Amino acid sequence: MSVKSPAPERVITAGAPRPPRRVGFSQRLSRWDVKVSPYLYISPFFIAFAITGLFPLIYTGYVSVYEWKLLGGQGEFIGFENFAAILAHDVFWKSLRNTFSIFLLSTVPQVAVAIVLAALLDQNLRARTFWRMGVLLPYVVAPVAVGIIFGRLFADQSGLINAALGVFGLDPVRWHVEPLPSHIAIATMVNFRWTGYNALIFLAAMQAVPRDLYEAAIIDGAGRIRQFFSITVPQIRATIIFVVLTSTIGGLQIYDEPRVFDELGRGGSSQQWMTTTLYLYDVGWGTQRNLGRAAAVAWILFLIVIVIGSINFALSNRIASSGGHGPQRRSRRQRRAAARSTRRP
Amino acid sequence: MRKTTRKAWALAAGVMSISLLGTACSDGGSSAEGGTDGDEAITLTIATFNDFGYTEELLAEYTELNPNVKVEQTRAAQSADARTNLTTKLAAGGAGLADIEAIEVDWLPELVASADAFADLSDDAVEGRWDEWKVAAATAEDGRLIGYGTDIGPEGICYRADLFEAAGLPTDRAAVAELLGGENATWDSYFEVGRQFVAATPDVAWFETAGSIYQGMVNQLENAYEESDGTAKPLAENTDVKDAYLATVTASADLSANLAQWSGDWDAAFQNNSFATMLCPAWMTGPIEERAGGVTGWDVADVFPGGGGNWGGSYLTVPASGKNVDEAKALAEWLTSPETQVKAFLNAGTFPSQVEAWESADLTGATNDFFNDAPVGEIFANRAAAIDVTPFKGENYFEIHQVVSDAINRVDIEKSETPEQGWDSAVQAFSNLDL
Repeated sequence: MSVKSPAPERVITAGAPRPPRRVGFSQRLSRWDVKVSPYLYISPFFIAFAITGLFPLIYTGYVSVYEWKLLGGQGEFIGFENFAAILAHDVFWKSLRNTFSIFLLSTVPQVAVAIVLAALLDQNLRARTFWRMGVLLPYVVAPVAVGIIFGRLFADQSGLINAALGVFGLDPVRWHVEPLPSHIAIATMVNFRWTGYNALIFLAAMQAVPRDLYEAAIIDGAGRIRQFFSITVPQIRATIIFVVLTSTIGGLQIYDEPRVFDELGRGGSSQQWMTTTLYLYDVGWGTQRNLGRAAAVAWILFLIVIVIGSINFALSNRIASSGGHGPQRRSRRQRRAAARSTRRP
Repeated sequence: MRKTTRKAWALAAGVMSISLLGTACSDGGSSAEGGTDGDEAITLTIATFNDFGYTEELLAEYTELNPNVKVEQTRAAQSADARTNLTTKLAAGGAGLADIEAIEVDWLPELVASADAFADLSDDAVEGRWDEWKVAAATAEDGRLIGYGTDIGPEGICYRADLFEAAGLPTDRAAVAELLGGENATWDSYFEVGRQFVAATPDVAWFETAGSIYQGMVNQLENAYEESDGTAKPLAENTDVKDAYLATVTASADLSANLAQWSGDWDAAFQNNSFATMLCPAWMTGPIEERAGGVTGWDVADVFPGGGGNWGGSYLTVPASGKNVDEAKALAEWLTSPETQVKAFLNAGTFPSQVEAWESADLTGATNDFFNDAPVGEIFANRAAAIDVTPFKGENYFEIHQVVSDAINRVDIEKSETPEQGWDSAVQAFSNLDL
């Protein structure tokens, strides 16, 4: 089939009249089929992404340089005035502080606890599936329900936690007043919901760790804790990077939990726990109804997420590959070693 | 080969149909087009929230009168949900809205500003049906009436007779009204009685939160935050607001239970005897009864500091994008007629905004057994008649109100600022609004 067509093409010299190609249309189509079809097959994702992801992103950028009211619609072009106004307001910076504070208070303990939980679930437990499903249960609970339950627990005067503190003679904590306690309360909600979910991802990675490594370690006399730090953690580094990255992005966009933390959902009367997404909502759909500014906040947040995400990625990548102990290099060496050993006999 | 093209077409068709599906879905609601001849069977949709008192039976009555019209109601659990739904769809050109959309009085400033999205409901048939201020709030600059009033929130004082007795104060509702100043009740006299009360029973606060007191005061100011042409008053020079603010936070130091309204602590306080009185719009009797189940002693006094006051109330609007605008208008007219509104009051306690309804025997005879059989119909009719100020609420009203309310919460509930600091930070937050 393919022998026929390329031959005449080679004969063509510059200036010479082009001889008619003797390639059948069907043939040309089938060649396109080979080249183009794969792209068509994977195109639904990209089309869906372009419609639901890329277009809103670009359109948000378009909105952010206009005066734009929720009901009034598009107004005048004002360039970067919306951005300037947002950056000049202390509420925005406060919201950024809250976001990072809640993000750190949730992501760090969450990843740590999730790894330990996963390590425990990785053992030979009785009723293993029951425990594994159990850690996922909080994830299934709707965030609003979590908000209502934790709202009762963390109520300032009538809450269960303050009542329990009172039993030990401690002063009640003002969960809805001081910034740090409110961040802790919200981070607790986030952790409640996401720890089990992350634990299951870690568990999946741990299941893929070769068991003979543990056997070798046991023969060498390593205890459980030593095994955990010297085998489990290094072996699942790639997964740790993935989880840290996704929880970073999620943590910077946190909305549900602070929104349901009190009845108004505005982040407190001095914005103690107003996160940046909450601020975005308040500017766009709250009292101000200024979509132009909300779009500017969205873009600023987008840039922050990208910057923090890249730093995060670079850092965890460096940690993962430092001193030649990285999972990739090691596994490649292992693979080579394994290949050699199979060849030898 | 053909397969490829066919596949490409199929893909394109798929994408198209998905996007079309999106448009088609938003076209819910009215099932028939046109239908102005009055005989064609049509279905009207009405979107409400909370409980308007429009029961199945009530809506069926309309079908009896107009056999060709069927009415379907969609009820949102919270008004905030209904508001998001309404404003989002309005911003998208009105597609997917119900034939009749219920709105709260608070949403009017911005809806009146985009009055073109609604059908003009002004009609001789409804002339004089409502108090003037109820109509004025829903009227656009060009005279368009965008909503028919349903209920209002005339404010009285709800109080705990048992706690009054413990403090050695009169308990009878007429005597309590006298005690608070009767017809000439002022905020000062209300606070003064509060100080007597707190002196006698130090464990119980006089009112639940400074925020609602401030709300009561602001609803008595004609131009609280804005001039009548809509321009915002600079907060730093706004002496009316500053006076109300200072009066509230000063009183709250001794008299407030420091509870944020609608919070978990607030809910619990009804069971813990934390406070003795509440500003009480007609619709508030429901939430009190809901939270204070098992507590006896609640009563309503026919009095309000500083004259009358209105807090809340709703309207029915007809979006202009609907397919059966005329029929919808007729239905809204029927639903907000005095007779129907009295029925809704008996169903759900929403106090009618129709002048004529206030004289209806069904309304004036209505009592509430939870509030010690108080004649709520008569009391709130009196309170409604006492409303003499129409607060102007423009597009900036809620932004500014939020700023001052936040400051009051910081002083009263969070105790994180002194009254002076609270005011200064409110002025700072006001400048952030860039009005």
